[in-house]
Amino acid sequence: MTTEVLVQLRDVVKEFPVKSGSMFARRKERLQAVAGVTLDLHRGETLGLVGETGCGKSTLARCVVRLLDLSAGQVLFDGHDISAASHRELAPYRRRMQMVFQDPYGSLNPRRRVGSIIGDPFAIHGIGEASERRRKVQDLMALVGLNPEHYNRFPGDFSGGQRQRIGIARAIALRPELIVCDEPVSALDVSIQAQILNLLAELQVELGLTYLFISHDLSVVRHVSDRVAVMYLGRIAEIAPSEALYERARHPYTRALLSAVPAFEPDERREHAAIVLTGDPPSPVDPPPGCRFHPRCPRARARCTNEEPQLVSRAGDGPEHATACHFPLADGETLADWPASGITA
Amino acid sequence: MMRNGSPGPDGLLEVLDLTVSFNTADGLVEAVRGVSFNLARGQTLGIVGESGSGKSVATQAVVGLARGARTTGRALFEGRDLLALSATELRAVRGRGIAMVFQSPMSSLHPLYPIGWQIVEMIRAHEPVPRARARTRAIELLGHVGIPRPERRVDDYPHQYSGGMLQRAMIAMAISLNPRILVADEPTTALDVTVQAQVLRLLRRLQDEHGTAIIMITHDLGVVAEMAHDVLVMYAGRAMEQAPRRELFRIPSHPYTQGLLRSRPRLDAIGGRLTAIPGQPPSLIAPPRGCPFNARCDRSIELCSAASPALLAVAGDCTEHRSACWLHQSGATT
Repeated sequence: MTTEVLVQLRDVVKEFPVKSGSMFARRKERLQAVAGVTLDLHRGETLGLVGETGCGKSTLARCVVRLLDLSAGQVLFDGHDISAASHRELAPYRRRMQMVFQDPYGSLNPRRRVGSIIGDPFAIHGIGEASERRRKVQDLMALVGLNPEHYNRFPGDFSGGQRQRIGIARAIALRPELIVCDEPVSALDVSIQAQILNLLAELQVELGLTYLFISHDLSVVRHVSDRVAVMYLGRIAEIAPSEALYERARHPYTRALLSAVPAFEPDERREHAAIVLTGDPPSPVDPPPGCRFHPRCPRARARCTNEEPQLVSRAGDGPEHATACHFPLADGETLADWPASGITA
Repeated sequence: MMRNGSPGPDGLLEVLDLTVSFNTADGLVEAVRGVSFNLARGQTLGIVGESGSGKSVATQAVVGLARGARTTGRALFEGRDLLALSATELRAVRGRGIAMVFQSPMSSLHPLYPIGWQIVEMIRAHEPVPRARARTRAIELLGHVGIPRPERRVDDYPHQYSGGMLQRAMIAMAISLNPRILVADEPTTALDVTVQAQVLRLLRRLQDEHGTAIIMITHDLGVVAEMAHDVLVMYAGRAMEQAPRRELFRIPSHPYTQGLLRSRPRLDAIGGRLTAIPGQPPSLIAPPRGCPFNARCDRSIELCSAASPALLAVAGDCTEHRSACWLHQSGATT
């Protein structure tokens, strides 16, 4: 794997206006879904992005491919700043980055034939004659494991797994460099998930793709990712090579997230009992001051309540492993070792 | 048809040879085909399967919630066959005898009434208690399942709760009448892992405190591994394998169970190719003859497409471990 950078995110912020208060005393507030994210995506790698509902992972993904406009910050694709590019200026970049969505039912128009759905990118970008397009589409169908003879069928004739293959065929039609996969297997049954994960891995090798892979499923993310970033309330809590993150997580939130995954081997009880976080993530409309995780963190101290930790590498962790925590966990240390602080809500 | 052993002294629910089918425009859908299971007091039975395996319909039929279904078989609960009860008699069983928690709280909670009001109605529908007493109990229950400041949140509407809180409110409602059996149908599927851990811990605590038996219906093998004492694996309406949790995960016998366990990426293993199960589940309208898994099975033999194997004890194993596979029943090696 090369370390050539394909996408650079610089302090990306995405805000949405929200209305709150009663019908008569409307207040306009801003929800910061993404609150200053800086990271690089290397060419040919898979970067996993994990976090709970509402942490901003899908919003960040949509900012990367400019399906959403940024509120602040920059997105550089192959060295070019596309964060303020106009629709027309974006067109050449759109060919190079595509997206695969979670819901294989909602993301395909049920009234259009599958061949024409997969052929959309060719039509939109004016590539090839009609007959040539049909051949190209059928090649794509074969590539993703669909029967090319099913060209004229409708999405409703396909199962969930096959529909996801249709979405993938459409995404790779223009031979993009980057594919943002937003929960691509979450809606699929276990036996079908593995088929799609294998297909994505094969296509990555064959077409030299770079993936930004978003999922709430930590086992899936570990399987596919070279590096993993953990998001919490709009910010990156920790980022590291996959193995380091799963073996030597520093951030208390990462540890809690990992320990909450049900143990797969029922006899071999995990040495660390599940760290059950209390409560839900706080609202991004009114994020807590200091470290955003402090109200749920068993390790929180006074400093955590007023000073926001920066995402930095610790000595001994290597430059690839960065943590945003004032009191990161050392090797072998567990959250349970730490006496309750009294700050926790 | 192989039957489960008779229910032991702790037997609570015994389902025998259950079939459930639906008339649809496309033909007769045979959703459940000859499934039997037992549930003992204080135990958790995990029913695991993919979409269309019949795992939800089987229990819905038992409590009379599978609308428009044609059901045969027997479901013995406290000496009565639930499948022979009238709608009115069943309504009395639901709630007090067998309560349910579903995946989507919004399918069970009315959006326009406060949460507490709905719990009060539920209690008063089954027990003649004054409104004020029922309200006090609703507050206690909400506190019990971990809703902060229940005396205030009791008057909130469903939209004012987060997803995890709604799921806990649902559990509060389900346990409000102290049911003998709690049917939890994908109770944590819509939740984040940290909230899922809270809800699973809550269910285990309720079981320890009240001896409630739980039927945990899920597609998530991790949840089953964490929660269940016994596991029933369903596929295309049939029981494929049934075993105590430990046996199922350590020495899975049925090729489908083995395939499921292999196809799952694991937190403690990295990279490589996943061993996917090729193909997809069969249609339940006119399902194929023989073992429903045979078209996707890499070890199928001639017999598999000809006749359906019965769910029989796996040789050389604990007697509670049963598998419906010709490989173990025709002398072939595994």
